[in-house]
Amino acid sequence: MTKQLISLSVNGRRIEKAVEPRLLLVHFLREECHLTGAHIGCETSHCGACTVDIDGQSVKGCTHLAVQCDGSEVLTVEGLAQGAVLHAVQEGFYKEHGLQCGFCTPGMLMRAYRFLQENPNPTEDEVRAGMSGNLCRCTGYQNIVKAVLHAAAKLQQTEKVAA
Amino acid sequence: MNAPIDPALLERSAALQGLGDSRLRKEDARFIQGKGNYVDDIKMPGMLHMDIVRSPVAHARVKKIDKTEALKVPGVIAVLTADDLKPLKLHWMPTLAGDVQAVLADEKVHFQMQEVAVVIAEDRYAAADGVEAVLVEYEELPVVIDPFAALEPNAPVLRDDLAGKTDGAHGKREHPNHIFTWEAGDKAAADAAFANAPVTVAERIFYPRVHPCPLETCGCVASFDPVRGELTTYMTSQAPHVVRTVVSLLSGLPESKIRIVSPDIGGGFGNKVGVYPGYVCAIVASIVLGKPVKWIEDRIENISSTAFARDYHMDGELAATADGRILGMRVNVIADHGAFDACADPTKYPAGLFHICSGSYDIPAAWCSVKGVYTNKAPGGVAYRCSFRVTEAVYVIERMVDILAQKLGMDKAEIRAKNFIRKEQFPYTSAFGFEYDSGDYHTALQKVLDACDYKGLRAEQAARRADPDSPTLMGIGLVAFTEVVGAGPSKMCDILGVGMFDSCEIRVHPTGSAIARMGTITQGQGHQTTYAQIIATELGIPSEVIQVEEGDTSTAPYGLGTYGSRSTPVAGAAIALAARKIHAKARKIAAHLLEVGENDLDWEIDRFKVKGDDSKFKSMKDICWAAYHQAPPGLEPGLEAVHYYDPPNFTFPFGIYLCVVDIDRGTGETKVRRFYALDDCGTRINPMIIEGQIHGGLTEGYAVAMGQQMPFDAQGNLLGNTLMDYFLPTAVETPKWETDHTVTPSPHHPIGAKGVAESPHVGSIPTFTSAVVDAFAHLGVKHMVMPHSAYRVWQQLVKSGVAL
Repeated sequence: MTKQLISLSVNGRRIEKAVEPRLLLVHFLREECHLTGAHIGCETSHCGACTVDIDGQSVKGCTHLAVQCDGSEVLTVEGLAQGAVLHAVQEGFYKEHGLQCGFCTPGMLMRAYRFLQENPNPTEDEVRAGMSGNLCRCTGYQNIVKAVLHAAAKLQQTEKVAA
Repeated sequence: MNAPIDPALLERSAALQGLGDSRLRKEDARFIQGKGNYVDDIKMPGMLHMDIVRSPVAHARVKKIDKTEALKVPGVIAVLTADDLKPLKLHWMPTLAGDVQAVLADEKVHFQMQEVAVVIAEDRYAAADGVEAVLVEYEELPVVIDPFAALEPNAPVLRDDLAGKTDGAHGKREHPNHIFTWEAGDKAAADAAFANAPVTVAERIFYPRVHPCPLETCGCVASFDPVRGELTTYMTSQAPHVVRTVVSLLSGLPESKIRIVSPDIGGGFGNKVGVYPGYVCAIVASIVLGKPVKWIEDRIENISSTAFARDYHMDGELAATADGRILGMRVNVIADHGAFDACADPTKYPAGLFHICSGSYDIPAAWCSVKGVYTNKAPGGVAYRCSFRVTEAVYVIERMVDILAQKLGMDKAEIRAKNFIRKEQFPYTSAFGFEYDSGDYHTALQKVLDACDYKGLRAEQAARRADPDSPTLMGIGLVAFTEVVGAGPSKMCDILGVGMFDSCEIRVHPTGSAIARMGTITQGQGHQTTYAQIIATELGIPSEVIQVEEGDTSTAPYGLGTYGSRSTPVAGAAIALAARKIHAKARKIAAHLLEVGENDLDWEIDRFKVKGDDSKFKSMKDICWAAYHQAPPGLEPGLEAVHYYDPPNFTFPFGIYLCVVDIDRGTGETKVRRFYALDDCGTRINPMIIEGQIHGGLTEGYAVAMGQQMPFDAQGNLLGNTLMDYFLPTAVETPKWETDHTVTPSPHHPIGAKGVAESPHVGSIPTFTSAVVDAFAHLGVKHMVMPHSAYRVWQQLVKSGVAL
């Protein structure tokens, strides 16, 4: 199959690669970029384990083609922490026991990362609605909700200190 | 009042983060940074990819398989069918239940999505292209979906390979589609109780077929090294050591040349206990091709072909006195096992531990019978987040007790309290022969009733029922469950002849850190965190410096794996006892160093002290160092121990759950207003993790009760095998959970722990049904079949004449 050259930024790194037009983004990230944080759980965009951030939007990498990302900025879970400093959403999930088997976690984190920019000061119900594109089989969501609220509070605090 | 405790002691104790500490999880650092190592993350040089050709029909003869076009697809290396596996005698494999299962369809397919051929290619896209290009010709046969119809005299025979075989693995087969009949209890005694009883109730309780559906599907990377003759397989397995034994028996390779590794597992819930054809084919392909072969299921394959759960048609009966004292119980089950009996149960128990179905009650006479039947559905029958068939058992008894209460006009709480096994009766031997270790059901029930203002709820419900304009119906569910977990005593329980013990090896290092290797494997339960806590308390070594490793058969001692809530009851005991062996040796070393007798020493948190002189002591850290350079004469250097623990009995966790629902009379939607879960799992190791496990189990229970099912049409098509159709609740539907606990330690477990992660699944499902049915109880409704989706509940609203 003829390959197509794409050029994109992944976690701030410029990548140019020739890929098959049918190659899914999640496979591109996992197989070509060796970023295995995004997982494949359903192939129908229901579970959200493959969620990454593309140009400021949460996108499910299992139903998005790599060629659609030509020229885009992609952020994956591997790009969340700044050096040794965890992002607030990562800290929230750790401190509030927001994960068990860990399979949904990268997608959850990426959705929470974007959601808290869409709604920096959410209510519990808003968190539940905002995270409803991501499924978890282990936690029952209660601690995930707490984790996102923890991150929201931390981000607000950081902003205040910065201001 | 107790004497005040020395703050310095408290501080030393807290620093260990031992039993009872809600320490944060050691596992999390890698998962929150995308550095988990799941099977699909594993890449090996030269690795090939396998995909499976599956049957579109449920019952057919395979007339012809044409590989020609598939082999022309760019990137395709090989196509294997049953004919290719035959010379190796691997086209069929034994199941855990004493049956055989086709690895690749041998002349016939028996269920939709059965494995027919495999394609091995350079990448997963080419493998999928190859699958499309394999041409298979089928001659369709009559399909049997209903297990009752399967037992009719003229029913189509499903398993030609068993023709004339009247001896099954569990006794006589009465019909070509009959697998086994298994009974427990005393039929004559139960019949006598019914003959003389003033009140009896009977109900068909159907538990639909569901799927555990962990977020990660099943898969493996098999890598055979032809030069060394060694096979390494990374796989999604809840029981890697048993898999190694099975692979050795199947392949003829010595077990010492097989290494099975369960890396990070993305949830199991029973789905990853069995050995599936995909694993076998990937291993064969790697042996044949001499290259690593990866196979990863997609979601449709996972739901359609790997192990389902439940599918029990249970006829429950209770006999009682007029004032609600239960005198007897009978249960008759037709169990739909699908096309091959691949049920994962201990060998002697083809219906698992279903005979826990007398529940939390002191029932003098009881009997049950379970009949396993073949149908044209996928094989399985695993325990979906429960011990073997315990969910089914708890469901039938709790439904029947509700139905009996309703017939007698008694309150649900009152009838339960009246029939509970009393605290002073433990250890209690049930009519089915289980010896319940410990329990205090009355205290737990009262705690829940008080916490939820049960009387107030009933008053509110009465007012609602009296109001014809109320837009909702209110239902209150109440369940008292007792599980039997921690299989098990090897005199009773084995898998393929291997006793169901578990194991732990601890090595303490000179500088005072330690590593523990286990026969179990975590799939989200947090073993790396909690096991370390047990060692910390036993040995006075901080949890932080204790590493826990599991899942690699080359490094871990042999264990039976993680399912049936057996990790804490069995492996947790092995840890404590291995640690005690080390503790005993440490005492000898301390006595030597302090120049006193062993009996002159007291243990205190993290050190041995000379009795009566606090200034003379040796800390565990000192002892660790001494063990490697200053061991007492006659004592081996080092500080290590291995323990294989064969439990004397099962453990019996219990709980009381209460649920309040409001059902919309217009739409049939059920809103869970309140769910209160009290669990007693004995000694609590990490309360944060326990609570997390309970939240998860309750949510899986909610999914089963309110939406999960695997419906089949008459042709055997599974109508719902993607997450578009199969219900996994999101954060929006999922109720908010309230948790509570009592602590009744297990008397026979070294630290008194009973296991917890499955209780909320087992206990919550009947609670939801109890609540939904209760909303209709005043209208004469006794039972409603799960799942209680809005449409089904709306149908009941219409039927009962209360729909708006």
